[in-house]
Amino acid sequence: MFENPTNLPNTLFDEFRRLTEEINEVFAGGLTSGGAIRSVPRGSFPAINVVQTPADVEVYLFAPGIDPKKLNVSVQQNLLTLSGERSIPVDENASYYRQERFSGEFQRAVALGDDVDPDRVEAKYRDGIVQIKLHRRESARPRQIQIL
Amino acid sequence: MSANTGMTERDAKSPAVESLARASESSIRAPVDIYEDSEGITVEADMPGVSKDRLQVRVEAGSLLVEGHVQFDLPEKAEALYADVRSTVYRRSFVLGRELDTEKIQANLKDGVLKVRIPKRAEVKPRKIDVQVS
Repeated sequence: MFENPTNLPNTLFDEFRRLTEEINEVFAGGLTSGGAIRSVPRGSFPAINVVQTPADVEVYLFAPGIDPKKLNVSVQQNLLTLSGERSIPVDENASYYRQERFSGEFQRAVALGDDVDPDRVEAKYRDGIVQIKLHRRESARPRQIQIL
Repeated sequence: MSANTGMTERDAKSPAVESLARASESSIRAPVDIYEDSEGITVEADMPGVSKDRLQVRVEAGSLLVEGHVQFDLPEKAEALYADVRSTVYRRSFVLGRELDTEKIQANLKDGVLKVRIPKRAEVKPRKIDVQVS
């Protein structure tokens, strides 16, 4: 009975949106965590990119206009948790046409590899991006084995 | 635009101008807040990673164009594990009304947030008319 709650016929737009979402998943090349338990909907604030090098894992948090002192970064085992608040003041005397920017409290969690060292984490803030560097344990780095 | 922002200068070598030429490149639609008060309209846009020299704010054919390039110093041998952000270009444009004074636009960038102030022309600002009591 409620298969179609709006009682409107499926439009071409609905179909197009579904297709776009599916295509995005396919072409993301595994870079989205679509099925991960801690994944968030697309467009959630703040956006995150994660890259890995043999020596460390770097997490980029796209968090413009936040006070870095109010950002909580914590690592527990291999789970990095980022939380904070961005409060955008509202001008009472103005009329708003668009309010697309996120305002409020946020939290994101990123599961990292098992080899990150929770005691060696560095973070810096520049131009609205928080860069968090987590060192990987020596033992996890690829080693060149010499053939005798 | 106000001269002190330095954003109106068109430098043929700047990355912002180069990329305008290839506008088909996929860009990020920067989220914006837009609000109006009696003096003018303010646009605030989230453009994390953009520094002042990689930002372009200009008025062309009655439209406000905003474009910024993310400076992203990835370490060598970096391998992407996860990516919400898949482009390094932010782009947004808005059609301005004739009541706005495009000569006096001011732009300010702080911590990845761009704030553009577009004042209204003096003659269209609402004026309070004092009623004379005789």
